[in-house]
Amino acid sequence: MFGFEHLLSVLIFLPLAGAGFILVIPGDDEIAVRNARRTALFASSFTFLMSLFLWFGFDGSTADFQFVEKTDWIPTYNISYHLGVDGISMLFVMLTTLLTPICILASWDSIKTRVKEYMIAFLILETMMVGMFSALDIVIFYIFFEAVLIPMFLIIGVWGGQRRVYASYKLFLYTLTGSVLMLLAILVMYLQAGTTDIPTLMATRFDPSLQIWLWLAFFASFAVKVPMWPVHTWLPDAHVEAPTAGSVILAGVLLKFGGYGFIRFSLPMFPDASLYFTPMMYGLSIVAVIYTSLVALVQHDMKKLIAYSSIAHMGFVTAGTFTMTTQGVEGAIYQMLSHGVVSAALFLCVGVIYDRMHTREISAYGGLVHKMPRYALVFMLFMLASVGLPGTGGFIGEFLVLVGLFKANTWVAAFIATGLVLGAAYMLYLYRRVVFGALEKDEVKKMLDMSPREIAVFAPLIVLTLWMGIYPVSFLDVMHVSVDNLLGQVQIALDISKSAVVAGQ
Amino acid sequence: MAEVPNIAPVLPEIFLALAAMSLLMLGVFQKATTPDGVIHASRLTSGLGVVTLVLALMLVFTVSGDTRIAFDGLFVSDSFATYAKVLILIASTLSLILAQNWLERQGAHRFEFAILVIFATLGMMMMVSAGNLLSLYMGLELQSLSLYVLAAFHRDDTRSTEAGLKYFVLGALASGLLLYGSSLVYGFTGTTDFATIASTVAAQDHTPMGLVVGLVFVMAGLAFKVSAVPFHMWTPDVYEGAPTPVTAFFAVAPKVAALALFLRVMVGPFGSLVAEWQQVVVVISILSMALGAFAAIAQMNIKRMMAYSSIGHVGYALIGLAVGNEAGVQAVLVYLSIYVFMNIGIFACIMAMRRGERHVENIFELGGLAKTHPGMAAVLAVFMFSMAGIPPLAGFFGKFYIFLAAIEAHLYTLAIIGVLTSVVSAYYYLRIIKIMYFDEAGIEPLESPLPRSISGVLAVSGAVVILFFLVLAPVVNWAGAAAASLF
Repeated sequence: MFGFEHLLSVLIFLPLAGAGFILVIPGDDEIAVRNARRTALFASSFTFLMSLFLWFGFDGSTADFQFVEKTDWIPTYNISYHLGVDGISMLFVMLTTLLTPICILASWDSIKTRVKEYMIAFLILETMMVGMFSALDIVIFYIFFEAVLIPMFLIIGVWGGQRRVYASYKLFLYTLTGSVLMLLAILVMYLQAGTTDIPTLMATRFDPSLQIWLWLAFFASFAVKVPMWPVHTWLPDAHVEAPTAGSVILAGVLLKFGGYGFIRFSLPMFPDASLYFTPMMYGLSIVAVIYTSLVALVQHDMKKLIAYSSIAHMGFVTAGTFTMTTQGVEGAIYQMLSHGVVSAALFLCVGVIYDRMHTREISAYGGLVHKMPRYALVFMLFMLASVGLPGTGGFIGEFLVLVGLFKANTWVAAFIATGLVLGAAYMLYLYRRVVFGALEKDEVKKMLDMSPREIAVFAPLIVLTLWMGIYPVSFLDVMHVSVDNLLGQVQIALDISKSAVVAGQ
Repeated sequence: MAEVPNIAPVLPEIFLALAAMSLLMLGVFQKATTPDGVIHASRLTSGLGVVTLVLALMLVFTVSGDTRIAFDGLFVSDSFATYAKVLILIASTLSLILAQNWLERQGAHRFEFAILVIFATLGMMMMVSAGNLLSLYMGLELQSLSLYVLAAFHRDDTRSTEAGLKYFVLGALASGLLLYGSSLVYGFTGTTDFATIASTVAAQDHTPMGLVVGLVFVMAGLAFKVSAVPFHMWTPDVYEGAPTPVTAFFAVAPKVAALALFLRVMVGPFGSLVAEWQQVVVVISILSMALGAFAAIAQMNIKRMMAYSSIGHVGYALIGLAVGNEAGVQAVLVYLSIYVFMNIGIFACIMAMRRGERHVENIFELGGLAKTHPGMAAVLAVFMFSMAGIPPLAGFFGKFYIFLAAIEAHLYTLAIIGVLTSVVSAYYYLRIIKIMYFDEAGIEPLESPLPRSISGVLAVSGAVVILFFLVLAPVVNWAGAAAASLF
């Protein structure tokens, strides 16, 4: 495995080291700002290159955790700094390391004030996100999970739009409320199992009646993060007010915390409760898909529209996860990955024209295709990927989720599938209003097509979207064994409780 | 032949008492004999006072170790007392370092300040080492009397004198309650010695009503000293009125001492009455957390806000007491250690809030601080996130152990209320960050550069709060050993 024993620690702390370097750059002048930008880009790109070793060194034929590191942290409490990735988390780590340099590149010119602090915040954010996905100790997981709030709060609050204070508070307090309840559940689990080690906890069987409470506490945290209807209201606000790169990282990575949490914790640790709550999850997912799609149809603000579409797409994820079928869970993971790439790209698309016009009102645009043909093409690709056009990453995820759902429950599948139609409706409607139509407005007539830097930002995302759509096996192979193993464990646990019930009668 | 009492365990206290008295004389002579005597005397006692406290800290380490008893059980030196004393001494030292600059600029630099701080510290050390209701009262009064004077130290300022008077009147009432409770306890157990009370109470099959009443009075007195709801009324006024360095001192050292004393009295002599006092502690804990969280939202004066915040934090610490076992005590000790550094850091920032000759205390004066004082803003933001309990900062670990102990003891309701009020309190901590980072700068920036003493304390406390996770394991183990010595 290339002998990279501490690869994950390197990935976690490289961005932090970069942040430290930026901190000691003296001065506030143009040169210092440029150096800050370059350091940030260098640190995050180098992290991405290092994470390629993770991709190539990963062994997809085993469900074990790989690149494992373990150091005692609080030995008397049996809490250790334990890291590792399996087929589920590895891809999320890759997604994070890929999106961060893109975000930094995307804010190259659009962030003009307090550039140093901005770059530091982003690098710290990357540290926390990578740490979150690779943590194998639930306390370490929680620390990274929560700590994300600090840079995110500042990014939205300092560099955000008009109502940034409201949005940042809402994000912070919603998420915190959910997670403190999860913290209590973590403590209960620790006292039951005597360990905070995630692999051990997965093998621990909690009492089914206790599972219900633990599941609900974790649900409080993950549902806010996903976000699921009806606790989704922070997301449109946060997305609209955040700077472009903030929206990108929010949609691209932070929303995946919830879905990842359901797959990593709720399913394997509380299988009975997960089964018990499946109807509720289906119900909330259906509402999320249909209701938020309809809401997206009537939005005047581009970012808000895409924010609502994110909620709808995450509805597919939660529905797919709780089918507890291989297709459903793999589809959910795939959907999260492709949504991470596609929604990130869509927010970047909005950012491109926002940087020129400084408005997100859809009605302010129109006829862009005449002035910005390259932009129109890029936007179209990602718009179609979001709709789920075959050949793009979006299709594979939605298709797999629907296959899983049809196996589990036809009615739910039928309702969720309406999301595809509605998705096509609001995305095409958005595209028509912004890109097509007559070129009438004076400001729009003055707009220039994408610059080389902007093309460089989109290029990797275009490649990835098409790759994920055309040759999904390279990603599915990575996760397949891990997902199978996870569902196998869940099935065994459910069989045991079923036989226990039968024996009890 | 009269036996020579074993004074070895009391060495740090004796040293402090002697040093304080020598400093007092030194100060008087210095003031009388040199021109500019006032400022010289004050600088001298303040500098030597810091040295004295550091030496006392070293002495505390030399007597640490096994449980040792002096003066026939009046004085107990165990690892619990050592832990609390170390915290108290660190807190006093840092507050004294911060104070001098502020006092000089306010024209309140009298040399008695350092001496009063040392006497108060001595009283606190007696409190945490008390092994008898009498030595408890002695320590408590030495502490309280010094603090009353300190609160009114800025005697030309009406707010300060008002704060001192208010504190004195209410504090005397609390001392009266405590004494009355103590006398009831003595009446129903026939002793004032903690160990004998414990064995007497444990031996009774049926707890006499009078003893419970006495216990409740003792608790009321102690709750006043830790400023737990419903005995918190004095806190906001005294915090606001007292000179800022005194408020900083109030917020840390006496809190540690009073909470440590609370723990010792509850689990020591009254340990077998857990069922009786647990519900009372649960109620005051919930009330303190809720009041601290909600009332602070309306505060615009940062010292008043910190007063309510400290009431809330006492509520969390009392969760650990409500648990009433070793894990609970350990959690409180860890919590207090973190609390000291967070608070002293925040008060260092408050002392730096100055425009020319004017001290400002309104939170909106911090507007735009991130632009004018990026370093101070960053450290203050770290403290605020830490107060709100966001990992990986120190404040999170304090709450972590408190809630762990609560869950272990099946106090689920208390834990859930605790985490929810911590979300509420996050709101006003975030507001400080919002003002510093999101708002535009006010009319004129705060004074810069910061005095060296303030930036030094900020650097130390900031480093502790950020890097606490590195030393978490040893601190927790040490707190565990300290807690074990109480049981």
